[in-house]
Amino acid sequence: MIRLLADSFSWGTFPDAVRFVADNPGLLWHKSVQHMELSGAAIGIALLLALPLGVMLGHLRRGSFVAISVSNFGRALPSLVLIAFALFVSGHFFVNNMAALIVLGIPPILTNAYFGIEGVDRNIVEAARGMGMSGRDILFRIELPLALPLIIAGIRIAAVFIIATATIAAVAGGGGLGDVIVNQATYHLSGVVGASLVVSLLAFGAALLLAGVRKLLTRPYVSAD
Amino acid sequence: MSASAAAEIVFDRVTKRYEGRDQAAVENLSLTIPAGEICVLVGPSGAGKTTAMKLVNRLIELDEGDITIDGTSIRDQDVVELRRGIGYVIQQVGLFPHMTIAENIATVPRLLGWPKVRTKERTVELLELVGLEQEYAERYPAQLSGGQRQRVGLARALAVDPPLMLMDEPFGALDPITRDRLQLEFLRLHEEVRKTVIFVTHDIDEAIKLGDRIAILREGGHLAQYDTPDRILAHPADEFVERFVGADRGLKRLALRRLEEIELEPLNGTPPADAPRAPGSTTLRDALSLMMSEGADPLVVVDAAGTPIGLLSVARVGRVLSEL
Amino acid sequence: MITISLLAGGPVIPNFGEGSKCETENHAFCTSWVADHWSDTLQPALLQHVKLAAIAVAIGFVLAFAAALVAYRYRRADQPIGLLSDFLYTIPSLALFQLLVPLTGLTVTTVEIALVSYTLLILYRNILEGLRGVPADVRESARGMGLTRLQSLVRVELPLAVPSIMAGLRIATVSTISIATIAAFVIPEGLGRPIFIGIGQDVFKTEIIAAGGLAILLALAADALLVLLGRALTPWRNA
Repeated sequence: MIRLLADSFSWGTFPDAVRFVADNPGLLWHKSVQHMELSGAAIGIALLLALPLGVMLGHLRRGSFVAISVSNFGRALPSLVLIAFALFVSGHFFVNNMAALIVLGIPPILTNAYFGIEGVDRNIVEAARGMGMSGRDILFRIELPLALPLIIAGIRIAAVFIIATATIAAVAGGGGLGDVIVNQATYHLSGVVGASLVVSLLAFGAALLLAGVRKLLTRPYVSAD
Repeated sequence: MSASAAAEIVFDRVTKRYEGRDQAAVENLSLTIPAGEICVLVGPSGAGKTTAMKLVNRLIELDEGDITIDGTSIRDQDVVELRRGIGYVIQQVGLFPHMTIAENIATVPRLLGWPKVRTKERTVELLELVGLEQEYAERYPAQLSGGQRQRVGLARALAVDPPLMLMDEPFGALDPITRDRLQLEFLRLHEEVRKTVIFVTHDIDEAIKLGDRIAILREGGHLAQYDTPDRILAHPADEFVERFVGADRGLKRLALRRLEEIELEPLNGTPPADAPRAPGSTTLRDALSLMMSEGADPLVVVDAAGTPIGLLSVARVGRVLSEL
Repeated sequence: MITISLLAGGPVIPNFGEGSKCETENHAFCTSWVADHWSDTLQPALLQHVKLAAIAVAIGFVLAFAAALVAYRYRRADQPIGLLSDFLYTIPSLALFQLLVPLTGLTVTTVEIALVSYTLLILYRNILEGLRGVPADVRESARGMGLTRLQSLVRVELPLAVPSIMAGLRIATVSTISIATIAAFVIPEGLGRPIFIGIGQDVFKTEIIAAGGLAILLALAADALLVLLGRALTPWRNA
């Protein structure tokens, strides 16, 4: 059975958690940077791999089966399992965990990019083609702008998911805020809760950032439906 | 809701306004539709014809005036019960995609608690009435063509034998050939089941073809003229109606009469075998068209057996119009 | 570095008995171990996992359904409900678990609250969009024929929303099964626990692969079942 360290559970833990954050800025900052390094690298690489592929497939209207299957499988793959699998390969913990995170981040980006582009109203695309626009023009001037809301939504899902899973990566030596969250012995419940608050803020920050990017990039008449 | 075969509908100074618009959607509309007649509401877009129709089953609530069905005001009835007693057909039909044809038709009977046996019998009856084979009963709407779907829409509206039917451009979404066929079948159906029908269309030709009486509405829901098709064509009330019915209204009137209905010129001995003939059932308009294209003046009119019964000259046609 | 031991109450060393060569040398997958420990480790974990996920999806569905009906009737409710579920969805799963611990302790309740929160967004959105996607002419003819609001909802609008609802249910179920592995951080239940234990013993591959594989298979099986259920509920689409 689980033998717990005797922290009492109560509402009082929350002010304690805030105090922990205030008292340990250096530690939390260091861990946050570590966390974002891992997450950021994973998000970046996942983007590089999945976004062009998804956009290309959607534009060519091929491989919908692939897009759907990837998405289904990605969802069925528990993040913890992937992190654990990463341990099988000995070597740098950072690289292993990053690989796992990339694998988890690819499905949402790929799927949303695919369906975003593919879902652009065919009539518009055909009208453009009829006017003499090349495939490349259509992609960059019509399909991408119209698909942007859905694409960014996919990136957001991936980003939040990667930040969330990076937390678990601590059990596999990934570092980051997860180090605190899984280490109740050293940091006590107040520390655990405090770090949880911080990582939540990070996730919200990423989501807000992407929402802002979307606002910037989409013009008013592109409906968000 | 009265259970009579057909109901008399009376519009009494009906007005409907929408906020923020100067012109009313329907303004002071008064007319009486005798029981069992097809009254066509026709006019340009924005004339309020669909609005006027929807006031009857209270999909839109009126502001002033009243509408009575066989003397009972629609305001005095529970909305839901009112609607269950009125057949409602719209342009896109609105068949429930997740139900079979039979289930669609059974919608209102089920609401009224009809026993299953009765509903089943009625469904068989209705499918026959609208000209669909019984095997369609278990199919889904997606498996039917547009024309077939509209027939089901009609059957569904007739399910509980309502005394009144509201039809909003029901044939508008069909191709001309199917539309033509359904219009004729609808007339035939109406011969059999004489219900009061309020029919909305923007097509004056459809109105003339189907209507016992036509109500021409102009923008703002004003009634421009309400009369039989022939009288409207013969004596348009004002310039608007004149323009709306078209400059060829003379010819349109000819389409309302058949050769067998007018007094023909006497035969002049036996007509030559190659002289163009037309059966008595031909409309005057079609006969005139035939005479123009064949250069046949006079035209030989024959009966159903093919025996010549009279002659028709172009000059006679001209005189007929002024006499009517 | 690896601090699972403290959470799991000390390293639990499974009783190897003879300890086959495969196990001691930590090959990729030892079927002998799986056979030996199916009933004492893997099966209980699997059943616990199913229970956790099923309860979460059931509760989440009921809540999301109620919320979607409200938002369908009162358009203004959409924004706050949507924002709330979105908010919950953004919180990293492990963090949400830990944030709930001071309130509800290291219990199944904590886990269930968190799991339910994650299902809300997708279920709410899909149910609502499913209802909104009913064609306007269908809704109009239902109203015109004299169905009451409730009758129209139950006999026409909801049945037609089923495809969208099932899609959301599939996503929610698969995601929940996936996230439930993390429950092992809080309570000793679910397939996450063998994975933890495996990590804690110098990365005992077989246990990790067995438990992880079960989790993936469970998710795929649930998805397949829901696909079948969806098809059964929508005969008109297969016609």
